[in-house]
Amino acid sequence: MANSNNGPSIYNPFAKLNLRTKTLITIGLSVFILVIVVISSLFINSGDITTNFQAMNKPPSFEHFFGTDWMGRDMFTRTLKGLGLSVQIGAGASILSSLIAIVLSFIGSTNRFLDGVISWLVDLFLSIPHILLIILISISLGGGAFGVTVGVALTHWTSLTRVLRAEIKQIKTSDFVKLSERFGKSKLWIARKHILPLVTTQIIVGTILIFPHAIMHEASVTFLGFGLSPHEPAIGIILSESMKYLATGNWWLALFPGLSLLILVLLFDIAGENIKKILDPTSANE
Amino acid sequence: MKLKATNISFKYPSAKNYLLKDINLELDNKKIMGLIGDSGSGKSTLCKILSGYVQKYEGEVSFDDAPLPKKGFKPVQLIYQHPEKVMNPKWKMKDVLGESWDVDEKTLSEFGIQKSWLTRFPQELSGGELQRFSVLRALNPKTKFIIADEMTTMLDAITQVQILDSVLKLVKERNMGFLLVSHDMDLVDTICDDKIYLKDINNI
Ligand SMILES: Nc1ncnc2c1ncn2[C@@H]1O[C@H](COP(=O)(O)OP(=O)(O)O)[C@@H](O)[C@H]1O
Ligand SMILES: [Mg+2]
Repeated sequence: MANSNNGPSIYNPFAKLNLRTKTLITIGLSVFILVIVVISSLFINSGDITTNFQAMNKPPSFEHFFGTDWMGRDMFTRTLKGLGLSVQIGAGASILSSLIAIVLSFIGSTNRFLDGVISWLVDLFLSIPHILLIILISISLGGGAFGVTVGVALTHWTSLTRVLRAEIKQIKTSDFVKLSERFGKSKLWIARKHILPLVTTQIIVGTILIFPHAIMHEASVTFLGFGLSPHEPAIGIILSESMKYLATGNWWLALFPGLSLLILVLLFDIAGENIKKILDPTSANE
Repeated sequence: MKLKATNISFKYPSAKNYLLKDINLELDNKKIMGLIGDSGSGKSTLCKILSGYVQKYEGEVSFDDAPLPKKGFKPVQLIYQHPEKVMNPKWKMKDVLGESWDVDEKTLSEFGIQKSWLTRFPQELSGGELQRFSVLRALNPKTKFIIADEMTTMLDAITQVQILDSVLKLVKERNMGFLLVSHDMDLVDTICDDKIYLKDINNI
């Protein structure tokens, strides 16, 4: 009976199960690919990407999936290494910006004045174009992975801060928090024991969803020459170098690394959105 | 022990008229009191004022001739009608209970709480089972006065009697004060030594 009904009905337990399983499989697959990329990139030693002047400017082939560059380096290996670096910087920036968001939103919840200051800060940071601010911060910190990471982190805490701020406000009006105060519990105790467990979902999802932004911004800032140094095997560096050779018809130099970067970003987005679906408190008990 | 309200007047900011006007009330731990009123007459609001939950009101509430403490454990505890609202959905029941005090096994079984419930989340227990926890939580050894606001309204008759019996036993044992708020006249008559009608003391 239920099996014959193929329509996506929320009353059909099979459809529900399928949806959940589908979501889990999507998360599993995207996380799996991301982990593979990071792990394999860790095994690539930059020194091993040797120049080979016998195989310069080769278009993609079975030997070199992504072709080779003007120094005969295998583009697939370079891209993989670059993606690994992107994920690392993305992780650093996402975690750092989530920490900023957590600290600011909790500070804001302690009193009205600080809350005003923080919401003003959020608006201020949102009104300045990200890329400009990242470049400024990155340059002032001396560039490199550190500068880019901090730059991206300092520009991406705003949305999570907004979410957490609203969420914390709502939790603080709940009866169980008020009762906790009546039991004489301190504000810090309540923040740690009552509020934090209720916002972990938002924190996890928020952190993962910063990843794609972090990776894209890192690549673009590096591409523009304000980010990682040209010695680093970053995607941004690969892309900007490739620009010089595009005119000579070496289309694969930019296409594959660029495409890989897009796919990587997309995977993070898919993983984040699906984890959000799974962890969504409104469907947690189903 | 004395919980005293003097000239209490209160109006919700969104409302036009006063809900409570010049209420005078004195409660102690010698008699189990019942407060009766129609639904919507302001019983819960008065409870919140008496227990220090609502703090912006006219008049004075004093406990043993001193104002209610602003910080620390509140000696006047309120038991709510809806236990699920006063429990963090992410907490196991043993943490919910432990937030207030360490309840010994004897008391647990007296309140009919099964061991296996302690490792569950609030969503995994029925209203009656949750209310046992909510009640027991309010019965912290530091509690001096309990206000039970329609605490058994949503329970069946048997559970209602069970819970009230256990509470009253402990209240007597510890010499606490107890105010039962209800719209159920029969319940108040069976449980309480004396009763007050809200409409008699409310001068609106
Ligand atoms: N937070 C609130 N804001 C505005 N009005 C309220 C609020 N809470 C209760 N009221 C109103 O106050 C009146 C008394 O409510 P309540 O004290 O809960 O009565 P009771 O417990 O006797 O049923 C009701 O008319 C209700 O609509
Ligand atoms: Mg009421």
